[in-house]
Amino acid sequence: MLNINTSLCKGCSYCIKFCPKKILEMGTERNKHGHFFPYITNESDCIACAMCATICPEGAIEISKEETNNG
Amino acid sequence: MAEYKRPESLKKTPSGFCPGCMHSLATKLIAEVIGEMGQANNCVHIVPVGCSTLNLAYWQGDLLGAAHGRAPAVATGFKRSNPDRLVFAYQGDGDLAAIGLAEIMGAANRGENFTVIFFNNQTYGMTGGQMAPTTLIGQKTTTTRNGRDAETTGYPMKMCELISTLEAPAFVARYALNTPKGCKDAKKAIRKAFEIQMAGKGFTFIELLGNCPTNWGLSPLKTLEYMESNTIPYFVPGVYKDKYKDEVK
Amino acid sequence: MAKVLMKGCEAIAEAAVRAGCRFFAGYPITPQNEIPEYLSWRLPEVGGVFVQGESEVASVNMVYGAAASGCRAMTSSSGPGISLKAEGISYLAGTGLPAVIVNISRGGPGLGSIQPAQQDYLQATKALGHGGFRAMVFAPATLQEAVDLTYNAWDYAERDRNPVMILMDGCLGAIMELVEFPEMKDPDRLGTKAWDLNRHEGDTRSARLLSPYFPEAILELKNTSQKKMNERWAQNDVQVEEFMTEDAEYIIVAYGISARVSKEAILRLREEGYKVGMIRPITLYPFPKESFRKLNYEQVKGFIDVELAIPAQMHDDIELEVKGRAPIYEYCRSGGLLFDDDGVYAAVKKILDGGAK
Repeated sequence: MLNINTSLCKGCSYCIKFCPKKILEMGTERNKHGHFFPYITNESDCIACAMCATICPEGAIEISKEETNNG
Repeated sequence: MAEYKRPESLKKTPSGFCPGCMHSLATKLIAEVIGEMGQANNCVHIVPVGCSTLNLAYWQGDLLGAAHGRAPAVATGFKRSNPDRLVFAYQGDGDLAAIGLAEIMGAANRGENFTVIFFNNQTYGMTGGQMAPTTLIGQKTTTTRNGRDAETTGYPMKMCELISTLEAPAFVARYALNTPKGCKDAKKAIRKAFEIQMAGKGFTFIELLGNCPTNWGLSPLKTLEYMESNTIPYFVPGVYKDKYKDEVK
Repeated sequence: MAKVLMKGCEAIAEAAVRAGCRFFAGYPITPQNEIPEYLSWRLPEVGGVFVQGESEVASVNMVYGAAASGCRAMTSSSGPGISLKAEGISYLAGTGLPAVIVNISRGGPGLGSIQPAQQDYLQATKALGHGGFRAMVFAPATLQEAVDLTYNAWDYAERDRNPVMILMDGCLGAIMELVEFPEMKDPDRLGTKAWDLNRHEGDTRSARLLSPYFPEAILELKNTSQKKMNERWAQNDVQVEEFMTEDAEYIIVAYGISARVSKEAILRLREEGYKVGMIRPITLYPFPKESFRKLNYEQVKGFIDVELAIPAQMHDDIELEVKGRAPIYEYCRSGGLLFDDDGVYAAVKKILDGGAK
């Protein structure tokens, strides 16, 4: 449902701040551009409100109705 | 349940903007509207000078470069000769409210049938954070090291208020991008502006309040708070002019 | 087609319409106001667009925008306004967009005077804007020539994807003469242009008309191709009138209204037995170098640069070709003051009789 394209992420944390279910946390790994990126702690709690996708400056978060593998 | 897909008018690579910069957020919102309206192959993005120039490597679609501040003039020439294309200029505050003041006011006053998206982050980002016409009183920049002083530099310029005094413009509105709600409202307004343009109903102007983490010297998250307590109280969001408010579509 | 009596500025405006120009943006400035005034009603008549810009700067950028879709576009002004347009002209050259810029020139520098002068030669031929590009510069001496040069100007501009300038002094802009207009070109039949932003192949649009070039090596390549283009102009596109130069011992070098006045003086001096001729550049850039190179410097005793400009602005270009093989004299007025046949006749005669330094 929630898919973070980590290679586009720049680690601004806006998604973490605005997630109403608090299921996003910043990771300790860096992507190929050197940025930290968030990971999903508990996807089953996601209500697909798309707050994170709306505020993500890079368009790195996609929400779909089907189950997807989190990349 | 909402679905969200990255808009196709953005290239599949990261933007050139700094982490947390709302330039990329604004660009994304425009791209979403373009996609939803099915205008990806009909729109022309007028690219000005400033950080907004970075869109030339990020935007998937027709691009027309303009000299600093001249985007509304370039848009005038292009749109008048190509009335069927969806034309929007995306300008920063230095570009639009300082060097390009004549061009924006001229185009607005003629009621040119295109849309200007005005990204107001109160600084010259690309050149290293100098004072912009919209820099807040007290805000520190590389040319106002002790904070902007109204005595010598005047006051931040309110473009929506200025433009809404003109007769011709059809729709003038301002939104802040520091919350998902602000982004959603901004997106609706951009859509309305583009629809007004495609109906041939005149000049539309959307101001988007944004940030500059790099030159403000704040983390992306801190800029959200700064906007809430400083930017938004001065540049009040809302609709400043709406000629077609009462018209039923 | 029958000849019509027409004012210089209006003749240029009508010639532009005939050439298929369908967009004009300009700003009022003397002595070129008849161009925008004429086009303000004439362009809508043929389905074109006239915009009175909020400034010279905006006007040239509107032309830039119109040119981006392959539309033939023009702006006009005079010295102070051309200075303001310099930015836009440079962007036209940088992005590679064709347009025609008309300068009906007046006295300078600064606000100068509104009277006719030829004080923008250096600006037109050396530096129409920042970044070291050149544009072809055409300088008509009659209104018929103004019509023909304007009519053909877009062919050069579009061939080269570069701005073209028509540089004509305020005298010619204001006088009336009989002119014959060429046939009306249909803009729809001029073909799709390579730079037309509306043109695209495939499913997704990604046309790009921009003047930033990354990385730097790409810009150097662009600069190099501009240099080669300038060299091609020098080879192929020079236009010049050589008047009675075969046996001439003294050669006047003059363009525009100065050449016209000089011609009258030459005819009178010839009657008195003086062997005088004239080289009249029609393209100020590319400069007609060959006309100077092929002369017999055993025969030519001197050149007289006749211009409505002090200091004479063409002098250096003449010197670069003459290379010290003969003296270059000057007879100039400036600031909006003119000379007449008698004045040029007397001044040249004095030089010929050895009265000059």
